[in-house]
Parts: sequence; structure tokens; C-alpha cells
Amino acid sequence: MIENQQILYHKKPLPKKLLNLGLLLFVVGLLGTIAGFFVDSARISFNLVVLTTWLASIGIGSLFFIGIEYLTGAVWSVPFRRVAEINSAIIFVLPILIVPIILNIHSLYHWTHIEAVQNDTILKNKAPYLNETFFIIRTVVFIFLWFLFYYLFISNSRKQDSTSDQKLTKRNSIVSAAFMPVFAISLTFFAIDWLMSLEPHWYSTIFGVYYFAGTFLASLGAFTYISILLNEKGYLVEGLGPDHYYSMGALLFGFTNFWAYIAFSQFMLIWYANLPEETFWFINRGVGSWFYMSIGIILVKFIVPYILLLPQPAKMDPKRLKIAALWILFAHYYDLFWVVMPTFSKNGIPFNWFELVPIVLGLGLFIMVFYYVASKVNLVPIGDPKLRRGVEFHL
Amino acid sequence: MVSNNLYALGALFKDPNKLVKLAKKIVELGYKNWDVHSSYPLHGLPRLMRLKWSPLGYIALILGLTGTSFGVFFTWWTMSVDYPLTIGGKPWFSFPAFVPVLFELTVLLASVGTAIVMLFIIFKFPNNRHPLHDTEYMKKVSVDHCGIVIEAKDKNFDYEKVKALFQEFEPDQILDIYYQEEEVAYKPKVFDWKFITFLVVIAVLTSAVGYLFNNKILYMPPFDFMLNQFRLGPQESSTFFADGFGMRKPVPGTVARGDIYYPFKGKPEEAGAKLINPLLPTKENLALGQEKYNTFCSPCHGWRGEGDSHLNGQFPNPPSLHSEKVRTWSDGRIYHVIVEGQNVMPSYAKQLTEKERWAIVLYIRALQRSLNAKQEDVQ
Repeated sequence: MIENQQILYHKKPLPKKLLNLGLLLFVVGLLGTIAGFFVDSARISFNLVVLTTWLASIGIGSLFFIGIEYLTGAVWSVPFRRVAEINSAIIFVLPILIVPIILNIHSLYHWTHIEAVQNDTILKNKAPYLNETFFIIRTVVFIFLWFLFYYLFISNSRKQDSTSDQKLTKRNSIVSAAFMPVFAISLTFFAIDWLMSLEPHWYSTIFGVYYFAGTFLASLGAFTYISILLNEKGYLVEGLGPDHYYSMGALLFGFTNFWAYIAFSQFMLIWYANLPEETFWFINRGVGSWFYMSIGIILVKFIVPYILLLPQPAKMDPKRLKIAALWILFAHYYDLFWVVMPTFSKNGIPFNWFELVPIVLGLGLFIMVFYYVASKVNLVPIGDPKLRRGVEFHL
Repeated sequence: MVSNNLYALGALFKDPNKLVKLAKKIVELGYKNWDVHSSYPLHGLPRLMRLKWSPLGYIALILGLTGTSFGVFFTWWTMSVDYPLTIGGKPWFSFPAFVPVLFELTVLLASVGTAIVMLFIIFKFPNNRHPLHDTEYMKKVSVDHCGIVIEAKDKNFDYEKVKALFQEFEPDQILDIYYQEEEVAYKPKVFDWKFITFLVVIAVLTSAVGYLFNNKILYMPPFDFMLNQFRLGPQESSTFFADGFGMRKPVPGTVARGDIYYPFKGKPEEAGAKLINPLLPTKENLALGQEKYNTFCSPCHGWRGEGDSHLNGQFPNPPSLHSEKVRTWSDGRIYHVIVEGQNVMPSYAKQLTEKERWAIVLYIRALQRSLNAKQEDVQ
């Protein structure tokens, strides 16, 4: 339906309550984390690895989402693009989060112990790649690259709000094309460094894709939930509805299947080939109560979202979609916890306040960063030439 | 005068906005038998027309679930009931190995089945007739117009009223669409000779291409790079070695790793007299014996050692392990048969370790006792 009407957008500030909530969660989480370092620094460090990779997932996944939107020329997502842009600002907490982890690196990563590496042929051969200096250099370079592309995307997008210049969209498309290989390589090596090297003897060539599948799912979950919430409360423009929700639901559903496909491929190849240097990773996850968590991951990360999102009307129902999106966002945390924690506790699932504190801290950080960035910008890219077509998008 | 033969009244538009407004009006007036035709998608129109959800989604779901459950049943039945084979040391019903099969079957049944349901039930194939075919209306719609028809069978249909309604929205053209003479009494012909010829030609073509591809092209360079490799297959001759054999024998005097020297080679009676089973009939040993017996012995000797296996009748029948002869054999004598083989039976020394062989002997003893129990066993 092509009708000429102006898109009206009035900026409405987010409620102050949200900031207070974020601040409360942050303070509780921070105190808990500091207390954790005094009680058991190794345990809290492992939990911080889970948190860091989870927040990185949301941030970098959102950048990837923005890149895809520019590259494919999608219109339905344009009215919501600011949400993804604000979500991706969470990558600015990464430098702060990795400092305590790197200070505690010896209790996390076995390959940092020089005397252990000396007596281990496999680790000795891996040492040119897996050593502390190179590890820190890689992490810093990756974070720098993400900051760079964040800056490029966001500055062009914000400039467009006042100038409405079509060239900026073109420029961002070029930035997106450059971002894709950088994203693929940096995310793969980030996953290898931070997650796979927890078990330095183990390797799985599909692990980078596995982390990517979870990453994009988590960022889509955050994006879908926040977009629908903001739209329902009237922070965005008029005229967004089920047709836009359907696209979000379809993406969530599709990538749920993609994750299952990749996760199963990883498991089945290792299970079938039955090589001892690969199977021990899964065997470790079958010890004691880890077994139930391993079975649970099929249910939590695949079957429940699959059934929630399967019918076509379900993808248009905002209530159901919000539940599914939040579920998927936290299912990624569950997934990362399952990847990281068996290295720390071999005999069973550790569960105590140590495991809850990072989630509280992460949610607090996320809400605060979101509130801070959202208060500075329009929640809709009002200068984007595709905005009107995006608002009028119909299936 | 309106003819009895009238199918519908159609209106053609160049501007889709006018059409959308007309469609809204038609919905308000409560017409039921009407439709919109366009050569490009008009977004949002299905909802405006209040079209019902297509049942195809549920059909696809049911067909997909059928595929999955059939796959589960069939992999289970073939791989663990009808013809159990040990592959790679995995259990007979090893679910992860079957998941790709289940996935493919689900997708196959869901996609092919949905397409067939759509063609034959929803589109009423092989009927390929519709009153709108070959009309002026359809020709324009498939080029650069979009159109609305209101069918004459609608109970609110009134020729003059509908025409007035159309004219209100300034269409480019209003058309009366009639049934064509042959269509009124048209019955679909399934065995039309043209259709049959078409099927035959397609069948011949695909077979020819398939034959050429599988039997000729794949054996031509460069597609034969997997077939012709610079290595010797089993039993192939070689010009490299003086004796011309591709397969080599071990160097004289060497013992392969894990090979244990067997002193009773060719001396079954001596083995029976001197060898003693080192294992005790504990639960673990019997379980090991059962597992190895089921894997290596049962294909010929049968599950209970009665010689009643799949191979019965195809080979010289394997003897029963419950005969007087075998029951009176010592443990060492049975062990010897496992190591050396007997008659048609080959040696199983390569497949079974020493402990496993003795465990099998224990299990055979248990089987013998179960089929020839004495009075005191029952008490």
C-alpha cells in the first residue's frame, strides 16, 4: 500500500526506573563478583569467561545483523536498526571485563603454565600460537577491530538522522562488505582462543561456526525482545506490526535450526570417528550431573524454541515471540556455561551464588549501556531513505 | 441481456491503489466468490481479502512427522531386528548415526508430499482448465495490469450493480468473461496421448542422461581421478618387487605387536588336555562373553548355539554347540577351535583377544548348561 504520508517520530525518553533497575543489578553483581574474587578467584573467573563471551555474542552479533541489513538491502528491519545499533554498544564493556580474566589467566587456561607445556608434545607444538603474549595481542586486535567497525557503522548512521543523505547508506554498504570477512575471522579465532583453548588438547574444526550460530541467535533474541517491547510501549514510529514481527520470528526460527544442525554435526562426527583425542570433550560432559545438562541442551536450545516458533501465527504473536526471544537469549548463556564450566568442575554442575552473580552483573551492564546510549540518540533512524518502505512493509 | 454462460465480471486496473480501494469496498459489501489477479505481489492484500490460512502448513507438518516416525521405525527394524550388523563397534540401534537419515526422510516426505497434495488436491490436477484461461482479461493481467473478478455464482451477484460498482473506481477496462463452449461440458482426460508421450519422452531422456553419466562420463578424465589412483589395491600385482606381489609378507622371524605365541598349533588334543581357563565365571566375564559371542559367533551358530542362524541352509550347517561331543570337550578344546578354526570356520584369533576367547568359552558353558539342565540346577 503506497500512500504518501510523513513518518512522524517524537523522541520519548526511556523511563528513569530502567536506569535504577540497571544500576541496582550492576551494584549487586559487582559486589558479588568482587566477593567472589576473594573467596574463590578461579571459580568466578570461569564464570566471567561465560559472561564475557555471552555479552560479546550480543554485541558482535548485532553488528553482524546491521551489516547483513545493508548488504541485502533489507527494508523491514530499517525501523528497528537503532535497536541493533544500541545493542552492539555492549562491546564497550569487553575491555573492562577481560582485565580480571587476564590477571587470572593461570587458573583458567592450562596452556599458560610453562612447565606443563614443556612436558607435553602437543602443547609444545601449539605453543607458537597458544602463548600468553600472542593471546593478549589477538584479543586486543579483535576488540579494536570491532570498535572500529562499530564507529564506522554508527557514525554514518547517526549522521544520516540530520542530513538524510543517501550516500551514507551506500558508504555503510561498503563498510559492511569489508566487515564480513573481518567478522568471520575474528569471531572464529575469538571462539578458539577463549572457549576451545580451555581444553588445549581438544580441537573441533566446526567450533567457530558453532559459536557463530549461538552468537547470532543471542543477538537476535535481544534484538527481537527489545524491539517488540519498545514498539508496544510506543517508543518507535506508528505502523509497525505483525509483518515485521514475522520476519524476526522467521530469523529466530531459522537460526535455531542452524544451531541444531551445526551442534549435531560437531557431535556426530566426533562420536562416529571415535578418536580419543576428540571424544574426551564430550565424555567430560557426560560425567555426573553434566550428563543431564548435556541432554538438557537439546531441549533448551532446540526443541523448546522450535515448538514455540513453528506455527506461522506464532511468529506474528508478539507475546509468544517475546517469550521465545528471551528464552533463546538465555539458552545461549546455558550453552556457553555448558562449554566452559566442565573444565573447572569435572564431576558435576557447580551451582551456587558464584554462578548467579555474573548474570546479574551482565544484565545490569546491558541495561545501563542501553539506557545511556538510547538517551543520546533517536530510537528510529529517521534520516534513512528506506525508512518509509520499511514502515510500510507487508508480507 | 445477460447470458447464462457468464462466468464473471472483471475489472482491469493499471494503478494498484485503485484496485486495493475496490477490494476494500468488495469486502465491505460482503461478496464471497471473488478474486484478485496480478503479475506482481500486492503486499498486505491477503489479509485485506480475509483469505483463510492455507492448510498446507499442517499437511507439511503431518507428512514430515510421518517421515520421521517411519524413519525411526525402519532404521530400528532393519539395523537391530531384521539384520543386525556391528558397524564400527557401535550399538545396533545407534541413534546419532540415523539422525541424518531421519532428517532426509522428514524433508523428503514433507516437501514431495506437500507438492503432490498441492497439485492434485488443491489445484485439482490433472484438470488444467479454468474459465479465465485464454481470455483477454488474463492476457492483460499477465502483462502490466492487475484485475478483480466477481463470479456470477455469488449470491449477491447482480450484473448491473457490479458493473456500477466497478465504474465507481474508474477501471481501465470492464470485461464480461464467459465460459467457453467446450469448457461447459469439459471433463479432464488423464490418459491424453499428448500427456503420455510427454511422460515417455521425459523418461527416455532422463534414463539416457543417467546412463551416459553413470557409465561413460564418470569414467572419463578428469572425473576418474578417484577411480585411478597411484596406489595398489588388495591382491594387485606390482612390478616394483621381484616376486611381483603387491601385498607383502612379514619379515621372517618377526612377531607382530600383540601377537601371542600359540604352542598348540595343529595339536587339538594336546590343547584340550593342557589349556586351563584362567577366568572365573563372574558376572563381568559372562557379560563380556555374551557380548563377544553375540557379535562374532551368533551369525553362524545362532543366538543359543543351536546352529539356527540366518546362514542355515546356505552353507554347510554349523554344528550345534549342545551335542554330546562339544559338551564333553574340555575348555581348552573349545578355545583351540576359536583360535585355529575348524572345517569351514576360520580362525578368530585376529578378532578376539585372549581374555575375550576365554570369556566366550565361559558363555558357551552357560548356554550348554541352560539347555541341558540337571535336576540339581533347578533346586
